Amino acid sequence: MTQTSEAPTVLLRFTVAERWAHRSIAILTVILLVTAALLYIPDLGGLIGNRQIVRVIHEIAGFALPIPIIVALFSRAFREDTGRLNRFHPSDWQWLRNRHRRDGHIPVGKFNAGQKLNGAFSLGWIIIMFLSGAMMFFSSYFTDDLRTGATFVHDWLGLAVVVVVVGHIYMAYNDATARRGMRTGEVPVTWAQREHAAWAAEELPPVPSASSDGGDAGQ
Amino acid sequence: MVEPQAPPRGTPVGRRVVITMVALGAVGVAAGKWLSQGVSDVVASTIPSLANVLPAAGGFRIYTVTNGYPEIAAADYRLKVTGMVDKELSLSLADLAKLPQTQMTKDFQCVTGWRVEDVPWSGVLLKDVLAVAGVEDGAEALRFTSFDGVYDESLTMDQAMNDIVLVATSMFGEPIQVQHGAPVRLYVVQMYGYKSIKWMDGISVDRKVTPGYWEQRGYDVDAYIGNSNGRSDDPNV
Repeated sequence: MTQTSEAPTVLLRFTVAERWAHRSIAILTVILLVTAALLYIPDLGGLIGNRQIVRVIHEIAGFALPIPIIVALFSRAFREDTGRLNRFHPSDWQWLRNRHRRDGHIPVGKFNAGQKLNGAFSLGWIIIMFLSGAMMFFSSYFTDDLRTGATFVHDWLGLAVVVVVVGHIYMAYNDATARRGMRTGEVPVTWAQREHAAWAAEELPPVPSASSDGGDAGQ
Repeated sequence: MVEPQAPPRGTPVGRRVVITMVALGAVGVAAGKWLSQGVSDVVASTIPSLANVLPAAGGFRIYTVTNGYPEIAAADYRLKVTGMVDKELSLSLADLAKLPQTQMTKDFQCVTGWRVEDVPWSGVLLKDVLAVAGVEDGAEALRFTSFDGVYDESLTMDQAMNDIVLVATSMFGEPIQVQHGAPVRLYVVQMYGYKSIKWMDGISVDRKVTPGYWEQRGYDVDAYIGNSNGRSDDPNV
């Protein structure tokens, strides 16, 4: 049996639906963080004022934030990737603990453990910020104590979100190929084999062995 | 460390992270009133300056209703007292400094729920300013205006003629900062913060109350802390 198909040079990492979901959430998150800073930090609020308008923009973006996720759930690829992000394997714990996690000696699947944690944190903060923000928006339905509690959670979790989002952008800033994957959907096989070896192995056709006519007869 | 036997699909750590976060968020909302006070106290005792940057650390949240903060040179500032008075006034900062000075350390409570405790204020009691102008018989109300050109506020004469309504020129022992209403703001101890108009440059003595900026937008005209706007905060007097 002869191997006829050529080995691919790129792999599909993210479908159109996933890229649009990511982009929509990213844009809304930036709008939310910028308007939050204007509403929240006295020195910034004074720069442009217009508190009522800034507030309405923040509220609209906040209520819109879950929409890309809900729409993307209609995509099979998105659902499959949320499954991959959700599940930890022993190698993920190993990867998190290992100082040399980036050298490739632990084969990483489509997402590394850091990306999995970022995914979980992102869903968590979106749910909490949405609900606590809604409590502040519909404040007349809640007691004073609960309103204060919602404000407390919204404030401090918001600060944590800033830290994690800045970290996420920093990691992407340092890896142009990863950014290309999210922009065009495709990544070079060589990058995948280096950064996500286990995923590349899943996606690529089995390497034909010179001494065998079977795909995976093995030793 | 021994890992538990992982099922072939792996363990749903992501789901556990999300559920734990949401549970902590719910606890934070339920206990936030106490937690936020505790956090503010810790921040205040460790890094006091942080409260100036982060309202969550116990600082003021700054609201303006116009573009940016209005500013005026101290030398150009005048507080005009007009309306039903014996003598209309136009007071410079130096004129205010010559009037009897009053100091107090009191909380600032916002109708949206936040409260900054133990703020040192000083300035001239409103009744002392009005005594200079002389209030005519039949005057029942006061209208305050801001040189931001938009904001205004009101009090009845009964609410104003006491020892707890201050024409403030200083907060925290220094001249009022621009975001707090420099150079002169009102400080109405017994009422929610929206009564304490910032960047104040006009006091009009009137026959009856004209509802102010937020009062035309649904807030109570008589804004007593803990006894208005459907709130139950601790009073500040």
